[in-house]
Formats: sequence, structure tokens, C-alpha cells
Amino acid sequence: MLNPISLAFKKAKNEKRPALLTYTVAGDSSKKQSLEILKAISNYADILEVGVPHNTPVADGGQIQTSSYRAIKNGIKMNDIFKIVKDFKTSKNSKPIILMGYYNMIFQYGENNFLKKCKKSGVNGLIVVDLPWPENKIFSKKCKKNSINFIQLLSPTTSNERLKSITKDSHDMIYYISMLSTTGGKLKVSPNKILANYNKIKKINPNKNCVIGFGITEKTISKFKNTDGLVVGSQICKEITRSLNNRQNPVINVSKMVSKLRKKIS
Amino acid sequence: MKLKKGIPVIDQGDKLGFWGGKFGGNFVPETLKKPIEDLEIQFNKLKNDKNFIRERDKYFKNWIGTPTRFIKLNNLTKHVGGAQIWSKVVSDANGGAHKIYNATVHCLLAKRSGKKVIIGDTGAGYAGKMLSMAAKKFGLKCKIFMGAKDIKRQQPNVKAMKKNGADVIPVYSGSQTLVDAVSECMRFWVANCDTTAMCVGSTVGPAIFVRICGWSTSQISRELKVQLINQFGKVPKKIKLYNCVGGGSSSFGFWNEFMDYDKKQVEFIGVEAGGPAKSKRHAAPLTYGSKIGILHGAAQYVNQDSDGQIEETESISAGLDYPGISPLHCFLKDTKRARYTAASDEEALKAYQIVTKYENLRPSLEPSHAFSVAIKEAKKFSKNTIVIINSCGDAYKDRGILEKKLGKKYVKSN
Repeated sequence: MLNPISLAFKKAKNEKRPALLTYTVAGDSSKKQSLEILKAISNYADILEVGVPHNTPVADGGQIQTSSYRAIKNGIKMNDIFKIVKDFKTSKNSKPIILMGYYNMIFQYGENNFLKKCKKSGVNGLIVVDLPWPENKIFSKKCKKNSINFIQLLSPTTSNERLKSITKDSHDMIYYISMLSTTGGKLKVSPNKILANYNKIKKINPNKNCVIGFGITEKTISKFKNTDGLVVGSQICKEITRSLNNRQNPVINVSKMVSKLRKKIS
Repeated sequence: MKLKKGIPVIDQGDKLGFWGGKFGGNFVPETLKKPIEDLEIQFNKLKNDKNFIRERDKYFKNWIGTPTRFIKLNNLTKHVGGAQIWSKVVSDANGGAHKIYNATVHCLLAKRSGKKVIIGDTGAGYAGKMLSMAAKKFGLKCKIFMGAKDIKRQQPNVKAMKKNGADVIPVYSGSQTLVDAVSECMRFWVANCDTTAMCVGSTVGPAIFVRICGWSTSQISRELKVQLINQFGKVPKKIKLYNCVGGGSSSFGFWNEFMDYDKKQVEFIGVEAGGPAKSKRHAAPLTYGSKIGILHGAAQYVNQDSDGQIEETESISAGLDYPGISPLHCFLKDTKRARYTAASDEEALKAYQIVTKYENLRPSLEPSHAFSVAIKEAKKFSKNTIVIINSCGDAYKDRGILEKKLGKKYVKSN
């Protein structure tokens, strides 16, 4: 049986489109609201990345930082995040969930405890921004044992040799960082160049589902239709901030945005 | 966990960059793996390259002005009554603090790798000031990331950076101090690592930055060893080296050459920032038993909550106001080579008053922390004990704070 993440990719492939992955921060702007946002966007997205907010992020741009600080200020704790995932997973339209964050949060929870809790609450995958290969070898094996996808990251600076080794050690999904940037940067590389790198990765192992993230927005998403999957994060976080500033309901606005994103790649 | 003899501490990490198997490492985004590896290859080659060392020494001597003075504080010794109190006046160095060594080495490396821009973080403003000086000297463009709170409290150094042509970029996230400046600087590097070199301002960050900084500041103890032998004919039987510890760059540099001596002969005492006496907040993770966590790419003892969020610190001294501590110091603590303690804001201010009353020396608030503990302990030592404090920064940058806390007479002659 395919795991839920692979299944989501397969389903999208059958519909001849890339899978749509969204990123929102757990607890932004409140525990309740972030759960509502997840429920609403899972009507359109295929896989939901849930950000674990951290207060010294080394790879996040302004939009995600704003969301993270807002969530932390509102008191979000690791156990609340697991609760949000669990509640989401029992909702009727639930989709695979990937937690994305920084290693210290896992380290403090204890790797084994963390994975146990992931399993219990229904987390399907993990992206750990600051635990690169080969440092992640042991942890990624532990994830596999617990049927949790450890998602390796690749970037434009990754050497060919590393590309091969990392792909070999990856599970069902790989995340290609489109350009040298923190999250939310403007796309400063041509889509063709990004796709060339993407194809290079696919050539190494066509069976791995490779998604592209960083710089993907309403404006740019349609240029990457022939890929396995695309991640939109900062633009969604920005929409939450904008909605809050305008005293509008972020759940409705974000849901509209994700529906539009989906249409653009369908 | 054991310290090895005969091998520089900066080279005692394992393959993945961990000291003692658990401190340091490279917890960085994939994008930074390559630039970090490039820097590792470059540094490992150059640190044993005679031409490079000659070039470094040339700039250290002619531009930074080595050696800095090693002086006896006669009046203070008499006042305290106990051990002989000496000081290594590292604030003699060009720019007024030890940060110049690391900044110079990073600019030399950046030049050699063809980078045109160098970026750096700063807390007290010294790392930033020195990087701006060195960048100017070597024809590099310079950007300095600095917490908005620190910009307010360390104006003299901010002015100096701007005068040297650097862009000073205020950081408004989080506590708006050094921890946020380092994060922002690393984020900028993630987005620009193809054209830009990064200088981490202390012995913190991914392992290679810890090593480069430690290698650079070790100039301090190299000089001191020679000066001790010139003064006493040999390294005396009982020496105590007091140094403030924020990130840990000056203390590591002050101690490195004496690492292999028995600690009964050469003892290392690191003084962290205890914060205001009435506050629970501090910047002393080693003294107050903080847990190991990951901060800025390295595993270290760090102030954090049970979830792993980094806690805000509080200290009168911007240069020590950092929630973590160099992996090298975690290693020296756990191998028991060095002893760590803390001084409060008030104790540091009092020490500043005492030192400036008896001596023609104006240590900044950072080394004033070290003076505070040294003065207290020196009373109990015998006359043949040599207490040495690294006066690693000059108080000029603190004039605003000193005037506010102690009144005008403490800053007038600066």
C-alpha cells in the first residue's frame, strides 16, 4: 500500500497536474484559526505543510517570520501543534500533513518521543530545515522505521555528487529549493533554469516525487506545470497578515487564494 | 569527554564538526553546505600555508599593532591586597578591541576567494566596527547586521561603522539584539552566498566559523606567552587568566596557547554576564546550567524554554548579551579545563569604577565583568599568584550607559 504522501502525488499525476502543497504556520494567528485554515485549504491543496514556529529561524524570510512570531506570541507550544494535527486528521477532508521546522524543537522533545507523537497525531512527513545530509542520516532512518517520510532538501548549490547521495538516502519525496533565497524571496532565477535543475534531479531517480519551493506564487506557479509538486508558503502567510490588518477573515481569504492556485495548475 | 594535548582545540572536532562528540556541528540549511565546505577547504589549506601566515602577521603587526601591552596594575594590586594583578591590554589593538583579529582574517580569506562583499553581525558594535575597518582596508563592500536595541545603546560604534563606509542594517525581529542580528546575517548569506562572504563575529555559528575565529584571536595568547617569558623568565607557576565570555572569542584567544598547561599552573576563568541583580534574565548559560540546544548552526548550552524556543537575555553589556556560548567553551567546561562564573550588571559597573579609580585603564563593560570576579578572588590568593585580566575592549563605546548609570565624571576623560 502506498503511504498517504505518495498517494497524493499519484492522484495529482492521474489528473495530469502537479500536486499543490501549502505552508502555513501552526498557531497563526491562533490555534483555533490555524486549524480552520488547514480545514478550509485542504479542499484544494494535496499536501499540507504545517510550520513549527521557531524564534531564531535561519532560513525564513519576512512573511513566515511574521507568522511565526505571531504564533509564538499567542502561546503556541509543541504539544498544541500535535493537537492541531490530530484534530485536523479527524476532520472529513483531511490530507497528508508534513511538519516543517528547525531541529532544536525536535531535539528538545527527544527524537524518539517526537516521532512517537507524530505517529499518534497523524503526521505523515517531516522537513527539518537545519538538519542537512549527512547529519540527518540517523534521524531519517528513525523516521522511516516509524513510517514517517523524512523529506530531504536540495538547492542550487548542492553539488552533483551530493545530489546523488542525498537522492539515494531520500524517501518518497524530495524538496528542491528553487534559488538562493530565504523563503518568500522574489523569483530571481528564470523558470527554465529551475526546471533544468529539477529535471537533473528527476533523472537521478524518476521515482522520487520532487517538489519545487521558494518563490512560487500566484504569478509564477503556472510556469511549473510539468512538475511533481509545488509549494506555496510565504504568499499564504502574507495573505493571513494582510487579512488581519484589514480586519478580514483570513480563513476565507486564504481559502480563496489556494483555490485560485489550484486552478492555475489544473 | 577529553581534551587532547598537542592538537589545537579548534582542530579537535570530529568529521561532522562536533567537539566532544556533541558541541558545534553544522545545523545549516542545505543551501549553505557548499559555501561552508568551500570555506573549510580554503581555511584548512591556508592555516598551514607559510605565505598566508606571513601575510596575516604582517597585517597584525603593521596595521593592528601587535603586540598589545601586558602591564602590571600596581595600584590595583596594592588596593586589593593579595595576588599580583596584571592586564593584557588588548583594547590597544587598532579599533579598540580583539574583534579586529577575526575581521582581518575573514577579509583576507574573502579577498583570496574573489568575493566582493563581506557581511557580519554585531552586538556591542565592535565586531561590526572592526569588520567595516578591515573591509575598507581590503577594498570589500561591507554590510553589518545589528539589533535595533543595540544600535541605540552603542552609538559611537555605529557612527564608526558608517564612517568606514559600511551599511548598518537594523534588525527589528525578536529581542532586537545580537541573537537576532546573527540570524538575520545568516539569512542574508543564505540568499547571497554565491557573491558574498560572511564573517561571524565570535566563536559561534557553524563549526568553520568557530574555528576561524578561534584561530584568529589566539594571537592574544601567543603574544602573552612571549611577554610572560620576557617578564618572568618563564611561564610562572601560578597564573589565573580572567576573561569575560559572551560568544567566547576573546577568552578563547586569551587561553589557547596555554591549553596544554596543567590547570593548577594556568587556570582559565570565564566570566559570563549575569544580567541585572534583580532580574531572572541573564546571558550566562554555562554558569546557570542551561541545556544543550541548537542555535545559529551549532549545538551548545543555550538559554531556552522547554520547547526549544531561544530565550531573551538581559545584560548591560551588549557584547555579552547572547543566549548561547561557543561550542569551544562548552567543550572546555565539560572537560573541566576552564571554570565559568558570572558577574551581574551592578558588579561590572562597580569593577569599572574601581579599575578607573586606581589605574589609567578604561575597560569596557564586557571586560569589567572579568575584572569584577578577578578583584574579588585576587584578595584570597598569595603574592606569587599572577592574576591576568584581558581588557579586551575600551569603554569609549559605553560612554552613554556609563554616564547614565554613574554620572558624568566617569566618562569625561574619554
